[in-house]
Amino acid sequence: MKRAALGCSLALAAALAAGAAQAQTVRIGVVLTYTGVGAELAQQIDRGMQLFMKLNPDAFAPCKVEIIRRDDKNPGGADAKTAAQELITQDKVDIITGVIYSSNAIAMEPVITAAKKPFLIMNAGTAWITNLSPVIARVSFSMWHAGYAMGEALVKNLKAKTAVIGYTDYPPGKDSLLAFKTAFEKAGGKVLDEIPMGGPGQVPDFTPFLQRAKDRKPDVFFVFVPSGDHAVALVKTYNALGMRQAGIRLVGPGDITPDHKLQQMGDDAIGLITMHHYNADLDNPVNKRFVEAWRKEWGPTSTPDFMAVQGYDGMAAIAHAARANKCKLDADNFIAALRGWKFDSPRGPIMIDPATRDIVMNEYLSEVVKVGGRLVQKTLAVTPAVKDMCKELKVDRCGK
Amino acid sequence: MMRGAAAAAEAFARRHRLRWWEALPWIAALAAFFVFPTYLSFGTQLLVTVLFALSLDLVLGYAGIVTLGHAAFFGAGAYTVGMLAAHAGWNEPLSGLAAAAAVAATIGFLSGLVLLRTHGLTLLMLTLCTMALLEQAANMGAAWTGGFDGIPGLKFQKILGLFEFDVLYFRTQYLYALAVLFACFVLVRTLVYSSFGQSLTGVRENVLRMHAVGAPVRTRLVVAYTISAALAGVAGGLFAQATGFVNLAVLGLDRSAGVMIMLILGGYGRLYGAFVGAVAFLLLEHVLAKAYPTAWQLGVGVLLVLVALYARNGILGLAEPLARRFAARRGGV
Amino acid sequence: MDIAGVFLGGFAAGMVLFIVSVGLSVTMGLMGFVNLAHGGFAMLGGYTMVLAMKHAGLGFVAALALAFVAVALLAGLLERTLYARLYRAGELDQVLFTIGLVFVMIAAITLGVGPETQTIRLPDWMRGETDLGFVRYRTYSLVVIATGVALALALWLGFERTRFGARIRAAVDNRRMAASLGVDVGRLFTVTFAIGSGLAAVGGGLGAEILGLDPNYPLRYLAYFLIVVAVGGLGRVTGVFFAALLIGVLDFVLKIHFPKGGTMFIYALTLVLLLARPQGLFGRKGA
Repeated sequence: MKRAALGCSLALAAALAAGAAQAQTVRIGVVLTYTGVGAELAQQIDRGMQLFMKLNPDAFAPCKVEIIRRDDKNPGGADAKTAAQELITQDKVDIITGVIYSSNAIAMEPVITAAKKPFLIMNAGTAWITNLSPVIARVSFSMWHAGYAMGEALVKNLKAKTAVIGYTDYPPGKDSLLAFKTAFEKAGGKVLDEIPMGGPGQVPDFTPFLQRAKDRKPDVFFVFVPSGDHAVALVKTYNALGMRQAGIRLVGPGDITPDHKLQQMGDDAIGLITMHHYNADLDNPVNKRFVEAWRKEWGPTSTPDFMAVQGYDGMAAIAHAARANKCKLDADNFIAALRGWKFDSPRGPIMIDPATRDIVMNEYLSEVVKVGGRLVQKTLAVTPAVKDMCKELKVDRCGK
Repeated sequence: MMRGAAAAAEAFARRHRLRWWEALPWIAALAAFFVFPTYLSFGTQLLVTVLFALSLDLVLGYAGIVTLGHAAFFGAGAYTVGMLAAHAGWNEPLSGLAAAAAVAATIGFLSGLVLLRTHGLTLLMLTLCTMALLEQAANMGAAWTGGFDGIPGLKFQKILGLFEFDVLYFRTQYLYALAVLFACFVLVRTLVYSSFGQSLTGVRENVLRMHAVGAPVRTRLVVAYTISAALAGVAGGLFAQATGFVNLAVLGLDRSAGVMIMLILGGYGRLYGAFVGAVAFLLLEHVLAKAYPTAWQLGVGVLLVLVALYARNGILGLAEPLARRFAARRGGV
Repeated sequence: MDIAGVFLGGFAAGMVLFIVSVGLSVTMGLMGFVNLAHGGFAMLGGYTMVLAMKHAGLGFVAALALAFVAVALLAGLLERTLYARLYRAGELDQVLFTIGLVFVMIAAITLGVGPETQTIRLPDWMRGETDLGFVRYRTYSLVVIATGVALALALWLGFERTRFGARIRAAVDNRRMAASLGVDVGRLFTVTFAIGSGLAAVGGGLGAEILGLDPNYPLRYLAYFLIVVAVGGLGRVTGVFFAALLIGVLDFVLKIHFPKGGTMFIYALTLVLLLARPQGLFGRKGA
């Protein structure tokens, strides 16, 4: 009500085009899981978005920005869909963004497509989501980015020959498994066993699964578990069972060494090898500034992780599209502005693939080492400009 | 004493008659369609939840079966509709609901035969385990069910060949859900005031006496459980059609416990408790979650505690003495 | 495969379930009070430890003791002020109340401490492996097993050999009769409730390594706690012990050999056990 009244009086006073004041504002609808199991992830993304606005106050100029947040509560799809529907019809947002869970992104897509609004995904990593609709672009990742690069790098850089794969039994885990296996076997490695390790809803006791893996005596144990408590519990159990002493290296996408949990993991984490698109220790000037600002804002012990960077880059993408389109966004011009968009992110150079609307970015092979009493991730090798291989190789659904 | 008994007998004889206020929920639901045109996605979810709670009321409120596994039937219905549409091209909405009801009823009948020999905590855990097994099965059959990511982009034919699903504003879905809810409500209302319904209440109040008078207790319970499962299946099917999406979240403890809480909050064994509870719970949650996306659970929790402490038998339990006093005053004049 | 290792792993998992659930079994058996907030007390125990270790610099064992005392006091207070008002209410009102309480606990922790997972740092002597002679195994798991067994023994002795225990047993079997014999069931319940919740707090803190610790803890594990209580039989300490042990070990073994089954086993097992013995493994008929 207030907003409408204000717009009215402005228009009267200026006696200009009535819609001018309105058109200046880009309304961004953010759907994240602010409560429940996803709350911690949402907090990272949300803070990443806030930090972008703080560090780049003029990024949207001359457009004004209004951010409207909604909680989608759970991965069930229905609440997320209602949130998207109300953001569009009540709050009249120009773009929908955020989304932790792939299931929610999938459920929301028909509403957003029908409304011809752009949909920028800041997390939801199931590979084929971007194929669902031409209004979708993604600044996060698909599980194929890290999984495939890891499969190649293990054989090439670490000379591994045999692997056991453990994964949390839900889509990102299965994607990760398939991506890793495809690349690892193509490079000449052999997968000895595939072990589903419980669901994402609760952290299982990893002991039985890891004992099974240990008995197979592989060179590496490739694992995908959700970043967060799963990862912490997994690394603890890995050490407690003496797998390290048995000469089995624990490797996986960066989800197993989430930056904000790394110090808590303690010495257990030393020697873990990961492939990922971000870690807080990346040595580039943009990241240095980002991490420094983060600590100033959220406390010296807090650390941004890849989710935070996805929120940061997402806002950068929206800012770019808003300026390019003179503050008036729709699905077509947003996607057009993002095709081939390049940005210097804290994770290094990124680009939106003009063909797939998905992200192209570096993948970093890193090892956890201890430097001066702190755990840091040391970059061993960089695979530059990695695309989503699921779409490149047209595996199952990613070939449409 | 005598007068009280006579009045009670008269009230008992009269209670199945329609009363004026029974039209209120339906008028309110129709009015909401016009007053809140942009809230109909939420409204549709609300109606589906009311139907689900109503199905639970039949077993929990009338037959006294305390179950934590009712989402099994909701999920069975939702997956029936979703998988038929995705894999068999069966996307006619009304027959889809019928199939959902049939599948859910079958599961309800079979599990009821085995489980309803027990009661109390044992029954609670058995129903929970049955549901959890279905949930696991749905996860393991991800090739068919879509698992966590779900079955995307379900499309359905026009309802009765006339009304197209409204992707953006949910107008059709809302009225469709309201019509289905109404039909199911009439069925349940007729049922609980029939002699079958009376005998269910008898089982709830005193199972030994019902055995003593030779009533077929188990059979009655299984029949009620099966009908309730069918209705929950319809609610699930409706959910899948309205949302155009099904994933693992249609099964699971969250949904079972959630609907049970809503029913108790509204007042069980009262038909309209399902309406009051679902609306009160979901509205509060929706409004609070919008205003405080990170802290709304506090308000919901406080409401539940307060209602439990001060309003025995839910919100309707709070309203009843007032209504009685009102009626008594009118009757006395 | 190493049989001893498998058994110990399952034993440890079972003991965590036992420590958390035993209080729930006794209070449910005693008063028939359906306390779905029981897991909330376990969570509060875990958070008490986290905060005490971080801000007051307490050691692991001291923090664990503090968690027991603090949560037992809080539970006793809640029992006197709120729970007591609902003894005569139906079990469904109790469900509503305790779920509401869980929501409040979750929100309070989320707002006060934050939504992120907490880790409780184990002291050095609990880390790594210990050589038992016949097998080397994770020290932490052995500590959990020892604690669980010691607690079970202490509770068993307390139940069987003390006046207090005799009163509880009498009240579980027939509350009215016990009351008419002069047992103050109300006070008995307050004390039992406080101790049971305190034990849950110990389980929450000690078991955080296995069950994790975050605001959603009470709802996430609610089903597991109830399963252990139902399978063990209401109000039976030994029942809960063996039920937890059985479920812990079988679930563990099946997960190693058929990981594709996920959590299916724990539910299938419960289903079979309860259909065979509806009153629980150690419950009495009609109890």
